[in-house]
Amino acid sequence: MVLILVVLPSLAGRYSLYLVIQILILSVFSLGFNLLFGYTGLLSFGQAGFFAVGAYACAKILLAVPNLFLGLLGGVVIAAAAALLLGFLSVRHTRIYFSMLTLAFGMMIYSIAWKWRDFTGGDDGLVGIPRAPLAIPGLPALSVASMERYYYVVLVVSLLAIWLMYRLVNSPLGLALQAIRDSESRAEFAGIAVRTYRLVAFTIAGLYAGLAGALLPPLENTVTPPIAHWSTSAEPVLATLLGGIHVFGGPIVGAFLFFMIKDVIVRFTEYWLIWLGVIVVALVMGFRGGVVSMFARRAARAEAASDR
Amino acid sequence: MDTIAFQGLIGLSLAMYLWLISAGLTIIFGVLRIVNFAHGSLFMMGAYLAFTFYGQLGLPFWLAILLSLLGVGLLGLVMERFFLRRIYSIDEAYQLLLTFGFILILDDAVKIIWGGVFKIPPIPAFLDGAWRAFGRPFPVYNAFVIAVGLLVAVLLWALFEKSWWGRIVRATASDREMANAIGVNVPRVFSGVFMFGSMLAALGGAMGTPVRVASPGIGAAMIIQAFIITVIGGLGNLKGAFVSSLMVGILSAYGTLFFPVFELFFIFVIMVVVLLVRPQGLFAR
Amino acid sequence: MTASALLQVAGLRKRFGELAAVDGVELTLVPARLTAIIGPNGAGKTTLINLVTGALRPDSGRIYFKGEEITRLATHHRVRKGLSRSFQLMNIFGRLSVLENVLVPVLSRLGRTVDPFSRLEREAEARAEAEQILAEIGLGHARAHPAGAISHGDQRLLELGMAIAPAPALCFLDEPSAGLTPVERTTVLDLIRRLSVERRTTFAIVEHDMDVVFSLSDWIVVMNRGRVLAEGPPSLIRENREVREVYLGEDALA
Repeated sequence: MVLILVVLPSLAGRYSLYLVIQILILSVFSLGFNLLFGYTGLLSFGQAGFFAVGAYACAKILLAVPNLFLGLLGGVVIAAAAALLLGFLSVRHTRIYFSMLTLAFGMMIYSIAWKWRDFTGGDDGLVGIPRAPLAIPGLPALSVASMERYYYVVLVVSLLAIWLMYRLVNSPLGLALQAIRDSESRAEFAGIAVRTYRLVAFTIAGLYAGLAGALLPPLENTVTPPIAHWSTSAEPVLATLLGGIHVFGGPIVGAFLFFMIKDVIVRFTEYWLIWLGVIVVALVMGFRGGVVSMFARRAARAEAASDR
Repeated sequence: MDTIAFQGLIGLSLAMYLWLISAGLTIIFGVLRIVNFAHGSLFMMGAYLAFTFYGQLGLPFWLAILLSLLGVGLLGLVMERFFLRRIYSIDEAYQLLLTFGFILILDDAVKIIWGGVFKIPPIPAFLDGAWRAFGRPFPVYNAFVIAVGLLVAVLLWALFEKSWWGRIVRATASDREMANAIGVNVPRVFSGVFMFGSMLAALGGAMGTPVRVASPGIGAAMIIQAFIITVIGGLGNLKGAFVSSLMVGILSAYGTLFFPVFELFFIFVIMVVVLLVRPQGLFAR
Repeated sequence: MTASALLQVAGLRKRFGELAAVDGVELTLVPARLTAIIGPNGAGKTTLINLVTGALRPDSGRIYFKGEEITRLATHHRVRKGLSRSFQLMNIFGRLSVLENVLVPVLSRLGRTVDPFSRLEREAEARAEAEQILAEIGLGHARAHPAGAISHGDQRLLELGMAIAPAPALCFLDEPSAGLTPVERTTVLDLIRRLSVERRTTFAIVEHDMDVVFSLSDWIVVMNRGRVLAEGPPSLIRENREVREVYLGEDALA
């Protein structure tokens, strides 16, 4: 799989690369979301806020200092700081109140992006963001201006982020988060400082959203307020639900399916969201484990059959 | 001074749309314990149906509104009876997601049926024109909206506090098992309440079309406003929803007057502060 | 403050609206003495446990554990100090495996849950300890099953395992035998008896079954209407007239 991704630029055209970059960005975004939802049991409707903080921070940095490394780093750090701050307030609640709080925080960020013209460019957004060279201190600067080069940047960063998240959810910390998801009171009595751990998960989810957001402006060369809107927060929710919330790879598969569904349906009709809606309803009604566990179950059954 | 009083009147009519949509949301949450993300889309459906019945088919205004209410009520019934009812027992996150799926479907369905552009039916002749209020022309239609909103408030109060039906619903809201034990058909109450709440949203949408235009994005905008109001008033608290509709409606009328840039921002600040300090709502006992 | 006390509770009060659920409780638990807390429904037993373990905050009164005041301490800090409990209603990590259910409190005690990069399989010390606990409660065979899918009796055993996993000095068990078959009940009681000898854990149980109470405990605390009505060794409690009237009498008649 990784091999295919590595040789992809020699096989596929610019559009496919663009699409794969989008899939990788949504994968990172969704993995962060699912650390909060699938692993810690908190449904956030405000992740677009941190995605936008990452994107705007990266864009502002790139407009001032043309260095992609600084742009990405700045986006991640500032988004994580924002998540730490707002998370401190958000994790006081759980369930619907948590969802409402995160929705409100996300929309506050949206209204800032929209109204603070001098800094964010208002509804025009920020334009002319350069795909600046990647200059990591101590290493020679690397031009990433071509789509192909930038693809590799996104690929390396995403794979690293995916690997780190994999380690995280399979670590003692990851287990503690899942324990909190299953029973808050029992986790307290296992000696876990529940609220602190929730804040950690929230901050990491915000960090991943910020990283995903920071990868966007160099690709699109612009940033506009709609990326902070709550309907953007819904994208990782949908991707994660599509792929499956209780499997590590669910959000990644879901991000792939999300863009495939969009890409295929858009060829026939501009109204692709209605079909996405139908799929969401069908998933919630019938296949809450998502696509990955559906196949996992089928594979397990096939294995059991062949054993006999 | 007159400007302030006049703006208050404008705010009052704005508050009535907010009241109608948040009343339905509140009743549904209060009884079913479901946050219906698609409630704004039901408001939007009400607006479009009213446009079709009144603006396109030329039916009488009252009949058009009545038909849109019935249409949306039926839609709500289908949503509850065939979808939500099957997943009451599982994690509430899935209920949110399911209603989110409905948003996607309804919003695109509207674009498919009515196209992506704004639709504005004419204001009915008997409600056209303006009265003078505080030295300025105040549209008669706005006064009509205020009257309908207040009437709905009175009727809801009478319904829930005074009628037999209201007592059944309140009993079901406070304790489903007990209600079930005394012979209340709980699933039927749920369907009825969901349908009723949907119709309130539709009423707001249908009445709004002649002045607020019907557009595909209106559902998403309204649901956020309705969330703000129900949170400030306290989830499931009908009186709270009424008071906070007035508050938000009037505040945003003044907000656009005094600090137009950060109006939206401040409303979300209020929502956050209420959630953090008084999650049961400002008007809870 | 009694020198030998493990837990001391003074003037503890908690109201819920009109109801004084715990109304001035004075209580001392000493090490190695298995105490049973009994009383009719609504006597305030579970509220007392909730107050002592930190799930609820008292309106007034003080709680000392090992000579240190813990009245306002957060729950997880109390657990770190050696105070633990099980729940009246089933409370386990349903989606985690049986082994992981025990692993969580063990990892937490070892200070390992803060590590985001270590692999769970490499946590040898914690795993060995968790396996040991599973062996003690007799659930070794089910280690890989999701905890939500094992039988009710096994879940009760698992609850017990999770309660002792933080290696507590004092462990409250809220109706450990509720909903169990007679056979399962015997298993659980034997286990409690054995654990209180083998581990340095003092148990305090809330229980309705009088056979269990009198066969298991060294000391009995009788609660009624939010207060401690009487306490003493089982032989004395059995003879106490007041207790028989409010509590045992009802049982005997029923």
